[in-house]
Amino acid sequence: MNALYDFSYLTGSIHEWLSERVSPHAVTIVEMILVGISFMLLFAILGIVLVYAERKVSAFFQQRLGPMRVGKWGTAQTIADVIKLLLKEPLMNKEADKFLFNLAPFVIMIAAFMAIAALPFAKGLQALDFDIGILYVAAVSSLGVIGILLAGWSSNNKYSLIGAMRSGAQILSYELSVALSLLTIVVLTGSLQLSVIVESQADGWWIFKGHIPAFIAFIIFLIASTAETNRGPFDIAEAESELTAGFHTEYSGLKFAFFFLAEFANMFIVSAIGATVFLGGWMPLHIGSWEGFNAVMDFIPPIFWFFGKVSFLIFMMMWFRWTFPRLRIDQLLTLEWKYLLPINLVNIVVMAFLGLMGWHF
Amino acid sequence: MKSIINYFKEIYFGLKSLVTGMRVTGHYITHPKEIITQQYPENRDTLKMFERFRGEVVLLHNENNEHRCTGCSACEIACPNGTIEIINKKVDIDGRKVKALDTFVYHLQMCTMCGLCIPACPTDAIKMANTFEHAVFDRSKLTKVLNKPGSKLMDGVK
Repeated sequence: MNALYDFSYLTGSIHEWLSERVSPHAVTIVEMILVGISFMLLFAILGIVLVYAERKVSAFFQQRLGPMRVGKWGTAQTIADVIKLLLKEPLMNKEADKFLFNLAPFVIMIAAFMAIAALPFAKGLQALDFDIGILYVAAVSSLGVIGILLAGWSSNNKYSLIGAMRSGAQILSYELSVALSLLTIVVLTGSLQLSVIVESQADGWWIFKGHIPAFIAFIIFLIASTAETNRGPFDIAEAESELTAGFHTEYSGLKFAFFFLAEFANMFIVSAIGATVFLGGWMPLHIGSWEGFNAVMDFIPPIFWFFGKVSFLIFMMMWFRWTFPRLRIDQLLTLEWKYLLPINLVNIVVMAFLGLMGWHF
Repeated sequence: MKSIINYFKEIYFGLKSLVTGMRVTGHYITHPKEIITQQYPENRDTLKMFERFRGEVVLLHNENNEHRCTGCSACEIACPNGTIEIINKKVDIDGRKVKALDTFVYHLQMCTMCGLCIPACPTDAIKMANTFEHAVFDRSKLTKVLNKPGSKLMDGVK
């Protein structure tokens, strides 16, 4: 690994620079603030870029052009949208539960912030490296559903409530598949720590090393994580044609923008988890003992590898969304409980057997 | 046993149908030349409407300022909205009084572009043109007279 691309030198030098000047407690506080600001910036940039990407990609999937008027190729469209959302009046239903109504967008955003903290973006660029990283990420990424349920409940709107309850049923079901498909890979890595999982893929990504069971787990993860982020074809929680906008029907202005941002942030987070566990995270593409090839791949900075893989997965999720028709609630639960979960359970046993016999690379 | 086979069959055909759908949209995203959206005001000079687009009714005239309308009012009867009004006159031809078209009045503001008048015409005198920029500032401009001044019936059309 090229030492130039190791972010721990940068973060370490910031830490030393701060330690020489202020007390250890203040260092921790300043570092927490710095990390928080950088994640907020990341979310803001992600929101702007992903909304534009979503609109463009969906347009091209439907033989349209998408936004073209604001700026060259419509690139400033999202900025115009943000300004519009900021200037909008925050309306509230008269009968709404005011405290919960205002709390719900923050719960969703906090869940997204908690999840992104544990993601390894590049070597040494990770806010928190828990030894139970995957468990932590799987746990907090499903906290967002509390925000959805709060929003639906407090809006005093039956559409919102139906949307929220659907979302609850959906996330409860699909969380199982997400966790089990991640566990399939954890069987091989032997660790839940995200940095260790990335390091274990230095000689090949798990999707290649783990044979067919890893591939099946990857497919299941793609389906289940799409469902977990409430995106189409699993967007019954906000099914426009049935429930106007589902749980965020009553929200407007900045609070609506929070829900909107959280959807894209969650999409980024599940894609990042998928990229880390199945596609090697920031690890470049290495093939066994091809020294020359590996050296060339090492030349590309890990941060590009990470964001490239995440973009690939996000593109796949957009492809799903703009191709498949929306599932009914019974079809949704059938897909999970009749197909994904049994296949997943068998798959994890097969993977454990492979791991035990040492048949993986 | 049969149910187990059916279970895997369902998975296989389900996945297959999903891949079929994704192949269609995948074709669309990899072929940006096939995009059908038009950048309208910018490409106004080069924009070409499709043959079957129905913009407005026109009465066809040839280079001698002759049309094929006999004034039979079949289009007026066929029109569901009363868009077309045919006003006839009597002309002398070889000492006989013959009915002929005086004014072909067309109310564009009432037209739904259904095109029912076109097949109703026994002499193929009218046609749907594919013009579409019909906005005007004065409502009276929407009531049009389709036969050009001084035009007459083409020889041999009855």
